[in-house]
Amino acid sequence: CFQLFLLLLRFELPSSRKIFKTRVVNRKMTHSSVDLPPKGGFSFDLCKRNDMLTQKGLKAPSFLKTGTTIVGLIFKDGVILGADTRATEGPIVADKNCEKIHYMAPNIYCCGAGTAADTEAVTDMVSSQLRLHRYQTGRDSRVITALTLLKKHLFSYQGHVSAALVLGGVDITGPHLHTIYPHGSTDTLPFATMGSGSLAAMSVFEAKYKEGLTRDEGIKLVAEAICSGIFNDLGSGSNVDICVITKGHKEYLRNYMEPNPRTYVSSKGYSFTKKTEVLLTKITPLSERVEIVEVAGEAMEE
Amino acid sequence: MQIFEYNGSAVVAMVGKNCFAIASDRRLGVQLQTIATDFQRISKIHDRVFIGLSGLATDVQTLYQRLVFRHKLYQLREERDMKPETFASLVSAILYEKRFGPYLCQPVIAGLGDDDKPFICTMDSIGAKELAKDFVVSGTASESLYGACEAMYKPDMEAEELFETISQALLSSVDRDCLSGWGGHVYIVTPTEIKERILKGRMD
Repeated sequence: CFQLFLLLLRFELPSSRKIFKTRVVNRKMTHSSVDLPPKGGFSFDLCKRNDMLTQKGLKAPSFLKTGTTIVGLIFKDGVILGADTRATEGPIVADKNCEKIHYMAPNIYCCGAGTAADTEAVTDMVSSQLRLHRYQTGRDSRVITALTLLKKHLFSYQGHVSAALVLGGVDITGPHLHTIYPHGSTDTLPFATMGSGSLAAMSVFEAKYKEGLTRDEGIKLVAEAICSGIFNDLGSGSNVDICVITKGHKEYLRNYMEPNPRTYVSSKGYSFTKKTEVLLTKITPLSERVEIVEVAGEAMEE
Repeated sequence: MQIFEYNGSAVVAMVGKNCFAIASDRRLGVQLQTIATDFQRISKIHDRVFIGLSGLATDVQTLYQRLVFRHKLYQLREERDMKPETFASLVSAILYEKRFGPYLCQPVIAGLGDDDKPFICTMDSIGAKELAKDFVVSGTASESLYGACEAMYKPDMEAEELFETISQALLSSVDRDCLSGWGGHVYIVTPTEIKERILKGRMD
């Protein structure tokens, strides 16, 4: 009778089912080995150890940041997004030509500033969720769908996932441009800038933006805004990437402008007169790659 | 003191013509005391993909063991080796999973992809991939390595010239860093063979 009661309890109210679930999960956690591939989401296994190391005086490492100037504007036929291409690790330039305009859907792109791993992971994750949603609904993704998915994720991590994004796209309801802050707040704007170079770029937009720009005028204005970020902000640099999205069509102009070419390149290159001293050499020949040819034969008999 | 400066390390990878080179120093220290001069930082995942890990030595070994485990599972399921781009995504995902309590190491991945096209990439400790067409560096000597590689690198070098370039870049950079050095370990991988060489450097 008591077992029947337990069975009823398990299938009754969803709230009690939840309580059952968490209890089971906790019990599992104490017994399970760490070797199983995890089910997804963040894992906090090493937090205690890292805290202990920090208390002993070892400072935590710095993450790759994209200092950045990212911009977006709405023109007559759609949206233009722009970004610089410098990734910094502290004061050092780690990547001279990184990609900051991330793909979300065929009609939606997103520029990311902040911690590079966070912007990449968040945009990849929402891009997969959008694709699954497209398969389920059979319709093109809307920009507000991407917006809501991103802001929900960022808010739930209370700003610790440090990703500042400029999301733009053209869907059935028209062109849209949004900015998303690391804590989860969003703005819907006709022109937007984010990142350390946002003030430099915004000054160009505030001076020269007008409604109903043509494609070429829009591209020229975005390139000018990014260049102003590149030359005036130390966290941004290298080249200009531009993405133009219109109804049913998109153009990703990677390295649209390269205003910082390498100045002194020696044609001869380095030559080393004194060779490095080698203590030991071990050569492992690699097996030749075999080609597998399927022979069309008879089917196997039972 | 920075966590990355606890053990000291230097890893660099360069792209050549249908080949790649990956090199590291050999010192293992506990802050300023050297405890080993033959520490293995570069490990083979399979014949055409190598990973070099710099940073805290315990995480270097743990992460390597985890990655080899995942690759073996992949081999069993897919009946083939992982492509270097896929492997880089796997490492990135494993590192990002620990975003708020990360592994304290920075990997450098180098491999030969389809059509023997060389692939290199590096990541920070939480998995932000940085693909490069010329060279990637990581470790305590990274600032010197950036400078040396920037000056010495040429595109489309053959295997022997690539070996010379990467060795000179590595040795000259670790000479300017107290925490790394004590020789060098260089792997040159071409479609037909893997050449592993140990370099003689300053032992101070």
